[in-house]
Amino acid sequence: MCRVVDLRQAVLAKNDGAAQALRDELTARGTTVVNLLSSPGSGKTALLERELLLARERSVAVAALTADLATENDAVRLARSGVPVKQVLTDGLCHLEAGMLGRHLDGWLPEDTRLLFVENVGNLVCPAGYDLGESLRVVLASVTEGEDKPLKYPTAFGLAQLVVVTKTDIAQAVEFDEAAFRANVERVNPGVEIVMTSARKGEGLGLLLDRSLAAGAGTGTHTPVMARRQQATGHDHAPVHGHDHGHLHGHGHGHGADHESDHHHHHGPGHAHDHTPAPGADHGHDHGHDHDRDHEHPQVQPAAQTR
Amino acid sequence: MHEMSIAMAVVGQVEEAARAGGAHAVTSVRLQVGELAGVVPDALAFCFELACAGTVLDGAELITESVAARARCGTCPGTWAVGMPPELCCPGCGRATDVELLSGRELEILSVRWEDGPAGPRTREPIPEEA
Ligand SMILES: Nc1nc2c(ncn2[C@@H]2O[C@H](COP(=O)(O)OP(=O)(O)O)[C@@H](O)[C@H]2O)c(=O)[nH]1
Ligand SMILES: [Mg+2]
Repeated sequence: MCRVVDLRQAVLAKNDGAAQALRDELTARGTTVVNLLSSPGSGKTALLERELLLARERSVAVAALTADLATENDAVRLARSGVPVKQVLTDGLCHLEAGMLGRHLDGWLPEDTRLLFVENVGNLVCPAGYDLGESLRVVLASVTEGEDKPLKYPTAFGLAQLVVVTKTDIAQAVEFDEAAFRANVERVNPGVEIVMTSARKGEGLGLLLDRSLAAGAGTGTHTPVMARRQQATGHDHAPVHGHDHGHLHGHGHGHGADHESDHHHHHGPGHAHDHTPAPGADHGHDHGHDHDRDHEHPQVQPAAQTR
Repeated sequence: MHEMSIAMAVVGQVEEAARAGGAHAVTSVRLQVGELAGVVPDALAFCFELACAGTVLDGAELITESVAARARCGTCPGTWAVGMPPELCCPGCGRATDVELLSGRELEILSVRWEDGPAGPRTREPIPEEA
């Protein structure tokens, strides 16, 4: 017998459920996740290298997880900062999902981590639809990419809670039109903060760290129009059972190689490599630090507008 | 291309429902896709066919209903078509402090058509030579 059955199920309900569970779990233990999205080559790793170093100087316990289709280059670069770093190889998958992230954190993420930066796969399309349980979603765009990118990738820019322009040191050479870029961002995501940075010259250094800490403190995170709950459809995401991320059992600093396999996951394999500094190296992860300490440092002023 | 992941999520959810409902063949799946969902319907259709292979959805048709994005301003009357690229500032007053997106982000399985009942294996057209 042939029948039509009403399902009314959000396709990403499983990921959304896993993301919310991860966010609740991490927030409860004081960890804030920051999800970084951009096209390949926008400068995510370069900016993160500087921000991680700064965090270490300020004794803010941070960690970073970087996802790429292939190579461990980014993790090697980030690990130089001395903070716990993990490379996730997605083996072809163009984005991270909340369940995958949860499994990679399990047993790796140090218990006292305040900020976890997640460098998503370089891609402005696919990662946009996947909540990873972050408290701050950052979209980066370099001055070389053209001012119209917010219009071409409206879901990525439209769901950002902070927009970071990178490589301002070469803005003049490529005739970056900051006003046009700002207008385009405003059109798809009115009210979102846009900051100017240069990992090379240090402009805007510390802004990412400050905004991430503020998001962790729950102070005034921007809610994009696109992310506001739609009332018109009037039905809820159906509750989904069996979130597939495990409970997190951080066991401090895992030294040495930490290969993981995701072969049970139908979205394809994927493995990870732990780039925590070698035993004996001063990894400078300052336990028992005073959580207020970073407030003694002068706040980095929002970068002055160029020209 | 995340359409493969989306297609696999759709197939997974329909498989679950079909198992619970005792279906032995799913013939079509109706999906609602908002203009701002970040999904390309053609790419999704292609991936859907691949993702269905070897499952209870094998050969199922994907029917996508697209949903236009519309928004409303808290201070101005009426609603507007957000368009693509989207315009999320109010065309009336130019502000966006009180803008609400009414539709356009949908990505939802609406309904599924399947065959259930006592028939064991999938029914198919008898081939004359076999008869
Ligand atoms: N001039 C300049 N180049 C930069 C800056 N940040 C990154 N780059 C360069 O841009 C390229 C890509 O950077 P990377 O951090 O790997 O980008 P990712 O793919 O987003 O992680 C590299 O060649 C970097 O040296 C910057 O602030 N100024
Ligand atoms: Mg990188």
